[in-house]
Amino acid sequence: MTEVQTSPAAAPAAAGPSEKTGRRSHRREAAAGWLFVLPFAVLLVAFLLLPMAYAFKISLYRSTLIEGEVFAFFDNYKQAIDDPLVREGVVRVLIFGLIQTPVMIGVALLAALLIDAATSRFSRFFRLAAFVPYAVPVVIGTLMWGFLYSDSLGPFSGLGIDFVSSDTVLASLGNITTWQWAGYNMIVLYAALQGLPRETYESAKIDGAGEVQIALRIKTPMISSALVLATLFTIMGTLQFFTEPLILQPLNPGAITQHYTPNVYAYNQAFSFQQYNYSAAISFLLGAVVFIGSYIFLFATRKRSALQ
Amino acid sequence: MSFKKGSVAAHVVMGLLAIYFLLPFWWLLVAATKNNDGLFQSSSLWFSDFQLIDNLKLLFAQNDGVYLTWLRNSAFYAVVSGVGATVISALAGYAFAKLRFPGRNALFALLLGLIMVPATALVLPTYLLMSQANMVDTIWAVILPSLLNPFGVYLLRVYVHDSIPDEMLEAARIDGAGEFRVFRSVALPAMRPALVTVLLFSMVASWNNFFLPLVMLSDDQLYPLTVGLRAWYMSAIMGNGGAATFNVIVTGALVAIVPLIAAFLMLQRYWRGGLTIGSVK
Repeated sequence: MTEVQTSPAAAPAAAGPSEKTGRRSHRREAAAGWLFVLPFAVLLVAFLLLPMAYAFKISLYRSTLIEGEVFAFFDNYKQAIDDPLVREGVVRVLIFGLIQTPVMIGVALLAALLIDAATSRFSRFFRLAAFVPYAVPVVIGTLMWGFLYSDSLGPFSGLGIDFVSSDTVLASLGNITTWQWAGYNMIVLYAALQGLPRETYESAKIDGAGEVQIALRIKTPMISSALVLATLFTIMGTLQFFTEPLILQPLNPGAITQHYTPNVYAYNQAFSFQQYNYSAAISFLLGAVVFIGSYIFLFATRKRSALQ
Repeated sequence: MSFKKGSVAAHVVMGLLAIYFLLPFWWLLVAATKNNDGLFQSSSLWFSDFQLIDNLKLLFAQNDGVYLTWLRNSAFYAVVSGVGATVISALAGYAFAKLRFPGRNALFALLLGLIMVPATALVLPTYLLMSQANMVDTIWAVILPSLLNPFGVYLLRVYVHDSIPDEMLEAARIDGAGEFRVFRSVALPAMRPALVTVLLFSMVASWNNFFLPLVMLSDDQLYPLTVGLRAWYMSAIMGNGGAATFNVIVTGALVAIVPLIAAFLMLQRYWRGGLTIGSVK
């Protein structure tokens, strides 16, 4: 019986062998596919899914002196939501984001429109100059501005402004992030401008529209999807604000407090006070807000950006 | 006439913005040539005594030459994480674009879903997991998490999908090449521009990384430059005894950004390439 089935004579003449090798090559392709993605899949589990799950798990526990780790349901989350220090940080990053985002995107848009309209040697130099700060580590950019803000060795010391007082420090931090990220966003917006069909505004020019009008009425609306994305990434960044306030903290610990932003607070809860469970709850909450927020934002603006 | 006036105004605005973007670099360059007294006494935007060489000597002698160790660590972390992340992303990006295997779509959907998870939220739980595995305060605690680059995988998948025709791979298979051979000798050379972009971005991300090594490392012999300079800055502000003086820190900051600016100027094309791919999709 078996012999009959496998004998070449019994099999349909031509289809047999090729189907077989076809199936074998499919299997071989599937095995290769899994081998190729395996290192990435392992890393995805080990350094993304597992930490996420672990953070969620420990955020549901409390560490007590007598009983050790105790399951506490959402007590840590309740505490975080009621914690005035968390609220203060959240309000601060929201205010920061509301002011800093439009300023930075505005500078980036202005710069992008300028280098798109002017094609001189200087505009090419300017494109480089605006982009260089992005190549500098945030830590070093912040250190540089920390020195520039100093009243003893900075160039603005004659002005008599205290850049790190509790009233001014948020604006000073905003300046650092604007300086560091405006050029990056300029390049993103400039790339979008370069992708526009030139004919659309060549005809407006013939109709007598000036460069400024073309920039504001034609070019800007046409790159709205790139603007939306740049805004989204900026807001996500401001909610996670961490490195800049941490570096400048020693300049004025009274103004840049241990709970200055939610991330600074979570960091201090974990590493200054060993409150890992509470810190995990704050991190998880912040991560969830950023994550869900960005998808809602993308979804809500999808129609508008799809129009482009 | 009106066009000309507009062009002058545009160049004035660009000039002012260029001063804003470049001023901190100018200040740093000037400040690194002064000794500590000069920093406080002379005009901060112009040179006085030229002490750059002395500052460099002080920098590399401070705390038994720990700065050179930090510089080496930063370079080592950047090369290992950058090359590793690029290789892993290339394999996965190619497989997602060109190989059919069960679970492919589900895994790729998972990647897209997780691409927006903020990295800062993962640092603390990763630290706790690493400490259970006794890997905190080792180079692996910094390198292993940096090998994961979902955005790189996504970019390379898009690139392979759009620029490598199936026929090219099929031809190699008919010639009897195995899947890895096809990947190495046909796909990889065609992926080169995108690979350089991913390599550049992951190396710079690693060189600039701060939060992860800050949390993971306590042995200052393992610090990268970012964490080390911040430690010096903290001690200097607080006026600790034996702390690095400001001229040393300023020179250290300058030396740390020189390789980045050089890489940036030489590889401009790839920088922009990466940003553009990212913005179009």
